[in-house]
Amino acid sequence: MNSNKRITTIIVGTGTCGLAAGARIVHDYFADKIAEEPEGSYRLKKTGCLGYCTMEPIVDVELSGWPRVSFGPVTLEGAELIWDMVSGGAELPRDIVLGTHADAEGIHELHDIPTLWETPFFRHQKRLVLKNSGIIDPESLDEYLESGGYRGLKRTVEMTPREVVDEVKESGLRGRGGAGFPTGLKWQFAHDAPGDQKYIICNADEGDPGAFMDRSILEGDPHAVIEGLAIAAYAIGASKGYIYCRAEYPLAIRRLTDAIEQAEEAGYLGDNILGTDFSFELLIKKGAGAFVCGEETALIASIEGKRGMPRPRPPYPAQSGLWGKPTNINNVETIANVPFILADGAEAFRKHGTEKSPGTKVFALAGKVKRSGLVEAPMGMTLKEIIFDIGGGVQGDKEFKAVQIGGPSGGCLPRELLDTRVDYDSLIEAGAMMGSGGMVVMDEDTCMVDVAKFFLEFTASESCGKCLPCREGVARLKETLNSIVKAHRDESPEESLLRFQGVTMMEELAGVIQDSAACGLGQTAPNPILSTLKYFRDEYDAHVFERRCPSGVCTALLEYYIDPELCTGCGLCVRKCPDDAILGEKRHPHYISTEKCISCGTCRQFCPFGAIKVR
Amino acid sequence: MPKINVTVNGRPVEIEQGATILDAAKLAQVKVPTLCHIEGLEPTGSCRICSVEVEGRRTLVPSCAEPATDGMEIKTNTPRVLTARRQMLQLLLANHPDDCLYCMRAGDCDLQQLAQDAGIRERAWRRGEHRSHPVDRSSPSVVRDPEKCILCGKCVRVCDEIQGVSAIDHAGRGFDSYVLPAFDDELASTVCVNCGQCVAICPTGALVERSDLSRVWRYLADESLVTVVQTAPAVRAALGLVYGFSGKDAEERMATALKQMGFDHVFDTQYSADLTIMEEGSELLKRIQDGGPLPLITSCSPGWIKFAEHFYPEYLDNLSTCKSPQQMLGAMAKTYWAEKMDIPPESIRVVSVMPCTAKKFEAERPEMETSGGRDVDAVITTRELIRAFAEMGLDFDTVEPGEFDNFLGSSTGAGAIFGATGGVAEAALRTVFNLLTGENPGPEDFSAVRGSDGVKEIELTLPDGSTVRGAVTHGLGNARRLMDQVAAGEKEYAFVEIMACPGGCVGGGGQPYGADTRRTAELAGELYKIDEERVIRFSHENPEVQRAYEEYLEEPLSHKSHEILHTHYRGRKKYTSEDDDRS
Repeated sequence: MNSNKRITTIIVGTGTCGLAAGARIVHDYFADKIAEEPEGSYRLKKTGCLGYCTMEPIVDVELSGWPRVSFGPVTLEGAELIWDMVSGGAELPRDIVLGTHADAEGIHELHDIPTLWETPFFRHQKRLVLKNSGIIDPESLDEYLESGGYRGLKRTVEMTPREVVDEVKESGLRGRGGAGFPTGLKWQFAHDAPGDQKYIICNADEGDPGAFMDRSILEGDPHAVIEGLAIAAYAIGASKGYIYCRAEYPLAIRRLTDAIEQAEEAGYLGDNILGTDFSFELLIKKGAGAFVCGEETALIASIEGKRGMPRPRPPYPAQSGLWGKPTNINNVETIANVPFILADGAEAFRKHGTEKSPGTKVFALAGKVKRSGLVEAPMGMTLKEIIFDIGGGVQGDKEFKAVQIGGPSGGCLPRELLDTRVDYDSLIEAGAMMGSGGMVVMDEDTCMVDVAKFFLEFTASESCGKCLPCREGVARLKETLNSIVKAHRDESPEESLLRFQGVTMMEELAGVIQDSAACGLGQTAPNPILSTLKYFRDEYDAHVFERRCPSGVCTALLEYYIDPELCTGCGLCVRKCPDDAILGEKRHPHYISTEKCISCGTCRQFCPFGAIKVR
Repeated sequence: MPKINVTVNGRPVEIEQGATILDAAKLAQVKVPTLCHIEGLEPTGSCRICSVEVEGRRTLVPSCAEPATDGMEIKTNTPRVLTARRQMLQLLLANHPDDCLYCMRAGDCDLQQLAQDAGIRERAWRRGEHRSHPVDRSSPSVVRDPEKCILCGKCVRVCDEIQGVSAIDHAGRGFDSYVLPAFDDELASTVCVNCGQCVAICPTGALVERSDLSRVWRYLADESLVTVVQTAPAVRAALGLVYGFSGKDAEERMATALKQMGFDHVFDTQYSADLTIMEEGSELLKRIQDGGPLPLITSCSPGWIKFAEHFYPEYLDNLSTCKSPQQMLGAMAKTYWAEKMDIPPESIRVVSVMPCTAKKFEAERPEMETSGGRDVDAVITTRELIRAFAEMGLDFDTVEPGEFDNFLGSSTGAGAIFGATGGVAEAALRTVFNLLTGENPGPEDFSAVRGSDGVKEIELTLPDGSTVRGAVTHGLGNARRLMDQVAAGEKEYAFVEIMACPGGCVGGGGQPYGADTRRTAELAGELYKIDEERVIRFSHENPEVQRAYEEYLEEPLSHKSHEILHTHYRGRKKYTSEDDDRS
């Protein structure tokens, strides 16, 4: 599609993830090179994140007569090869070609290069939300407009607010932030609520470990979010909106700030939008890093300048939200779906996904998977398709053990459930939840108790401390899990008894927390324990009863011993042991006292002869 | 209000729309335990102890925070509810010290009671990680022990939403969160006004009054000392409630009980309340004559005084210079009475029994020294007195009714109503009317200032036909609103009565646990009954007060009375880090 561009253009993916992979160096390299050339002969642009993390940094090239070609991962060396090609006609560096953006028929050099969209990572995806991300220059309003941007808003202002609400209701769009509440219905509540002042809030406080869908959208396509918010504001009658974005996303905040300014200048925000009576002011509010502020009422409290803690509902924000006014809150991905629905209609949206979960969902595919990255899959795709077809399966072709889905609130699903369809209802049935879209693949070397512990530690440290079950209960669960993976050599019988009692009560407590905590964070905090208990109880049993970690992850449960055949009696381990647990005479095989050993593994790390073994 | 129908444990009840599930349960006479619930304030739903099952709901529902809806089927005692409640209590106990035997709240602790009710007999979770913070004993009134805190947040809400002080709040996150003053300053150096409303509402021993009972026992044991005790009006009303007597009966029994406790002389703060009226009433008239500064604002409530010193320093000249009745009595005992009795003031120990924790602070103010030593040597609360009675094995039921001692034990009905909001204004107006006209009004001509409304207004017509307006408020949150209106010029008054605690002294922070607006009103009612039954109902007719002026003080606002009965105030910083030192 860009085949007739005259100026050779180099486009570097400079999302936060690209930058982390070294895109800055690559970008600066090209900038230096271009600066040496006559002005106007090359163009260097930035784009957002294409989602293909394993291949970052990604560089695209637009050569006259060629379709756009993507390269990755592009190191400095790769950048040199690319520069040699575009500037000196050197050969196409085939090793790092990812694909073309359009058919390259008739171009000899590209005859064996597939289009990007035919490659395994992209072939199974359906990119509605991410369609611009990694493609357009997020800092350019023109490029957003070229890609069909603000068409949805233009159609919106010709409709009545009620019609807009109905369109979204018909689309069947559900909240992408976790619970999957029908977005249109939510809008209707806020639309119907009486009030002269209403607010729209975009929840960009993405906080699940490993999740970065929202960040990529904000960085890669900020105008889509702005357009979606303007549409939502029009629908519910809000004249003011906030994007509550976590402060840890400085690039997203910068791009949003710039995009808001552009949109105001171009009449898509501000007073009399597109020449109508509709006025809408959009502000950015930086979050201060509390996970719980992703919860609606805590988020509102935070904007109001209060301590970010959830409050009881009802009243719901739609009736009494920000400063007591009717307020609608949607997360970034939900909002990013809106322009498409309004531009192309509910029917077009419903073509994707399933009956009850139409559309697509963006996942952050990570962990022990071959191709990790941001994946936008139509709802209803199976876990297997996402992990094996898009993700390419498990790294090193190891055995797949589980996939953790839904972030800290979600659950771990085993191999038996790989055929589970990824939609709101099927996932809940399987004991996980869509959550915001984290998807962590685990292989045979993963200890499920350790995984549960990791997520529990996260929720425990992110609990706001307001409600008792979450504040105190999650801490006890965490403590119990810690006791399972630790050795207890000097414990008194009474302590053992209490500890064991804790283990037996863990499941009941997890259920009580689920049943009684005040907000979504607390209620879902025990999910990692409950789902691993459900599918991997044998691993817990091994830890608790046999005091061993089948995956060898929980080091404290390992028993260390010295192979007398290999030990030279050098004494290095004796000096390194923090607990004087190693005994022996110089130049004779040494011995580890199991009573004293704290299983820290230091000796094993230092032994030059590999004499220290584990059972 | 339209009514809705719900069932509680199968029992149908009809209730007003908007009522909570907890209200419905109460109506159905089903007890649902609560910890964080405060009647009349917005629910926070933080403790979840009141969680119940509602048909069709995925999770349990906090009954204090959720409105009942028509057709709702509520179940409060299913195994699911009881398991959750037990688990939650176990969680609290796992993070709570096991020192109940030594705790001031032992036997009177909401957490202990709930654990008892839930049949908890052994700990479920070993005491692993737990909150650990030093005890804050800096305040003369309130001792703060964060380890015993269960983070229900009631103290924070009372301090903020009712008292408008906001001396404490939650800080930290999750398991590490706890309640503390700003910047983790010690309580004594904060804006805390020592009102003790947090103490009165704390369900555990995390916030308690500083107990001065052992000091009192020490005075009583020392034979070289002459011990004098005074009791505030609200104390007798509370004792009546606790022991099942009318306020009047309790007053008479209390006089005997205090003798049995070992006090040499039992006096009445109501005597000095009458004295206060003489001084303050005259002060009001003088200020009206001299053109201000007005409004004259009452100074009986030491919580309010400290509040004004922190938040309204520009109004310190408006405060009456009268010491509070407690301090007046102490000062009179160590001067006038000491002289008459020929007892060296330094061998007198004045103990007061107060419904108030701020009185402990007041007694320790450096301004409160008249005879070389403290005017008041020790202050105990109503609760401490009840503990003392228990320690003595005193059976209040069988104590013979007795009388206060002469002559600082003589009081009028006007002195009695000091303990209720509006009482000071009403008593003052009775006397001011007399001072202006030479005649007594009807004793209840000014009863418009009674009752629990946040702000009450009254008008008094002066002999020249002009009228002056007065206002009465109670609870510092209300006081703040009123003062802001005065400051903004929206309201103009000649006099304002301000009591720090909701309902006045009967609702004080030192009263027996379990206060609510209904009980506070009931206690006020007992004081009005005492007033009604008194032969003398005008402060200026108190014969002993008259005698004191004749023999000693000369006349209200005399040089002598200024020396003994009046004081001054100072501005205070809001935070230790605040630069400008107003003092």
